[in-house]
Amino acid sequence: MENIKSQSRRDFLRSSALAGGGLMLSFNLFAEGRRSAAKAAEKVASLNLAEIGSELAAYIKITPDNIVKILCPNPEFGQNVMTSLPMIIAEELDCNWKDVVVEMSTHDNVKYGSQFTGGSNSVRMYWRPLRQAGAAARQMLIEAAAQTWGVPASEITTKSGVLTHPNGKSAKYGEMASKAATLPVPKELKLKAPKDFSIVSHSKKNTEGVKVVTGKPLFGMDYRVEGMLIAMIQHPPAFGMKLKSFDATVAKKMPGIKDIFSFKLYDDGFEQAGFDTRAFNEVIAIVGNSTWEVMNARKKLSVQWESAGDVKETLMGRGGKREVTVPGRLETTSSQMEMMADYAKKPAQQLRKDGDPETAFKNAATIIERTYNAPFLAHNTMEPMNFFAHVQEDKALVAGPLQAPGWMEPTLMKLLNLPADKIEIQMTRMGGGFGRRAYGSYAYEAARISQKMKAPIKLIYTREDDMTYGIYRPMYTATYRAALDVNKNLIGFHVIGGGIPENPVHANRFPAGAVDNYLAEGWEIPSNITIGAFRAPRSNFNAAAEQSFLDEVAEAMGKDPIQFRLDLLKRAKENPVGKNNDYDASRYMGVLELLKEKSGWGKPENAGKKRGVAAYFCHASYAGHVVDMVMKDGQPYVEQVTSAVDCGVVVNPDAARNMVQGAVVDGIGQSFYGALTHKNGAAEQTNFHNYRMIRHNEAPQKIDVHFVQNEIDPTGLGEPPFPPVFGAVANALFKTTGKRYYNQPFMGESQKM
Amino acid sequence: MAKYNLKINGKTQQVEVDPSTPVLWVLRDHLNLVGTKFGCGMAQCGACTIHLDGNAVRSCVLPVSAIGKQEVTTIEGLSANGEHPVQKAWLEHDVAQCGYCQTGQIMSATALLKNNPKPTDADIDTAMSGNICRCGTYLRIKEAIKTAAKAK
Repeated sequence: MENIKSQSRRDFLRSSALAGGGLMLSFNLFAEGRRSAAKAAEKVASLNLAEIGSELAAYIKITPDNIVKILCPNPEFGQNVMTSLPMIIAEELDCNWKDVVVEMSTHDNVKYGSQFTGGSNSVRMYWRPLRQAGAAARQMLIEAAAQTWGVPASEITTKSGVLTHPNGKSAKYGEMASKAATLPVPKELKLKAPKDFSIVSHSKKNTEGVKVVTGKPLFGMDYRVEGMLIAMIQHPPAFGMKLKSFDATVAKKMPGIKDIFSFKLYDDGFEQAGFDTRAFNEVIAIVGNSTWEVMNARKKLSVQWESAGDVKETLMGRGGKREVTVPGRLETTSSQMEMMADYAKKPAQQLRKDGDPETAFKNAATIIERTYNAPFLAHNTMEPMNFFAHVQEDKALVAGPLQAPGWMEPTLMKLLNLPADKIEIQMTRMGGGFGRRAYGSYAYEAARISQKMKAPIKLIYTREDDMTYGIYRPMYTATYRAALDVNKNLIGFHVIGGGIPENPVHANRFPAGAVDNYLAEGWEIPSNITIGAFRAPRSNFNAAAEQSFLDEVAEAMGKDPIQFRLDLLKRAKENPVGKNNDYDASRYMGVLELLKEKSGWGKPENAGKKRGVAAYFCHASYAGHVVDMVMKDGQPYVEQVTSAVDCGVVVNPDAARNMVQGAVVDGIGQSFYGALTHKNGAAEQTNFHNYRMIRHNEAPQKIDVHFVQNEIDPTGLGEPPFPPVFGAVANALFKTTGKRYYNQPFMGESQKM
Repeated sequence: MAKYNLKINGKTQQVEVDPSTPVLWVLRDHLNLVGTKFGCGMAQCGACTIHLDGNAVRSCVLPVSAIGKQEVTTIEGLSANGEHPVQKAWLEHDVAQCGYCQTGQIMSATALLKNNPKPTDADIDTAMSGNICRCGTYLRIKEAIKTAAKAK
């Protein structure tokens, strides 16, 4: 039991009566976690973070018929927040999970904050406020029962939504809800001890499961209103190209076509916030009655494109306003590789330096140097980008799949010249996000098209539109160097990384803090190819490169790869180098130890296995995998994976295992096959026939997931298990094939370079 | 434009569309049966899987003119409330993450089990490798299919 006194409890909670009887407890999602939430979101965002809300808008409703309605503030894209967040409330409320109904909120920047889904943030951000709200409601119900029965509140216990007194009296929550609504909110809240949890840490099925398996209209693609038109866009065929002219005479006469026009998304001089990224400012809209008619008319368009040249843009980043020049060159993958190799030799920005790395490398008996490359990746969410918009003169309704409604609202306000309270944003379930849907340009396009058509429209991207639009995971390279002394001790470590257009290096992560002489450097190459967050941004490359490199260093030192990491972490824990180390060495070690135990690492029965190991820290959590690989039909195949994760308290264990298993499959697929390459600015992969995705028969037969058991407040889970898969796969490939893999995708053409 | 009388989920429905219109868009745009999903438009991902006389087909490349008298079953025709054994198995294993591909997965699995009630792992691999799941739920899909096979 934990007692919490808040200096401003009344700012956090407010009770009121429900029409028709019952209790509504409103609360502020950010009273407690406000600063940490903002900080966490900022980490992922790097931009104009919308003001976090302060209104008591989240709620618990308990009706006289004993139904408990809980609002889910964040959009759902498969991370299962519509189950896990309500579980947290229900736990402290001590209600019967079967009585809980989950409602998805609409968007409101003032009430709910940005409602950002991403950065593995949802559970860790809301953990405390949701628990407190649940506890407050429970205490009010107890007080209501105490007054009704004339007994001390301290003698009343609760279980599964029932209040009981030793004298034999009992009542369901619903019976006391109306009375509770007349009581003041408690001044002191009693939170349960994790050992007493009966809902949290006990698996619950997806609250949306039945709707998913019966094909109910959950997704943006499924959104429709009476009289809605269908719209598509035609964007330039290559990054660095723009619209010159087009002739739609034939296309406009096609059946069902309402209009075809070009439009500019942003006006000249538009100040772009960080999530306003768009690949092409001027596109052609094709609008008609039905999807197939629009698709057919689009084929009849005659369009001339031209080089866009260098383009000046105004960006509003965290550091304020800055002017940038987006280069006009039409990029080709082979020249991108050359450009990166060239940049890697130039002086770079120093990100961190400990000790005297120059001397360490000068005095080294052995220097190991390896370079790792990875291509652009397309998110390829199964549901292509789409959005509904109905823009009228004095108001607008927009609806669709969005990870960051709060960051879109200010942009919509500027584009439509409407105040926030005249723009309603509805969030549909997302058919995958992985970072892609944090960038709302498709929603803005829908709004522009609706505005022009003066009608409700749904914009649909084809798979080709989606895959060739950009917002990719950037292309990266990194060179790692390790200095060993004559006794094979690691005396120096150097990483220099860069990318198009972003530097991936996390300078303050492991092995920073564990090596006396350490240097991290980074560089960037500007590009017109748009990029965006992709499940564990930067980490998904760093874990591949660094964890492969550490494997090779351990081998050179004659050490077991897990023991090598543990030794370094021990150093970081007991006598850290530098102060600014992002990770907690103890938790990192804990994951490696659990992984070692659960995988039977080094055990005689596993001696014949071709195994690779890797572990990584990101989004405040720790995850590692042991990958068992075999050759199947002449190809490397990941047969089995053992995973260990420390993400603090696991709210919904079976769903969490599902998430980790998915991350493993995703990681194997991306590392083996994922690549988006370019020729003269154009994406060379356009659909799933030439962008290879991991398929059913390529997934492992078994993925065993283990969580470190502790009582730490939850940390991230959606992203952390993903990055280390890449490293573990690379290391298993070495054991299986005898060859080190430095270039992703591991089963791709780049292996030949 | 042409008129078609289509037998869908046991009911005859009339639509007037261009003969080249894929069944996917007839279902989604004209009949408001949106459980069948658009993923790629070229029979590569399986999100649009339906049954034609009980066999799994990709509706995104199937022109409505090609159906004739064959019976169409969509996810909405399996059961209204998720009571079909395959849907129940999906719920038991809590397969879905984002859920977008799952109706197509379920339709492929149902067709597999109809033709092969006791599939081996290899049979499942073959039947299901045309359905992409971006969230990576393949292991649970396989387990759910095995559970559904036992339930029959």
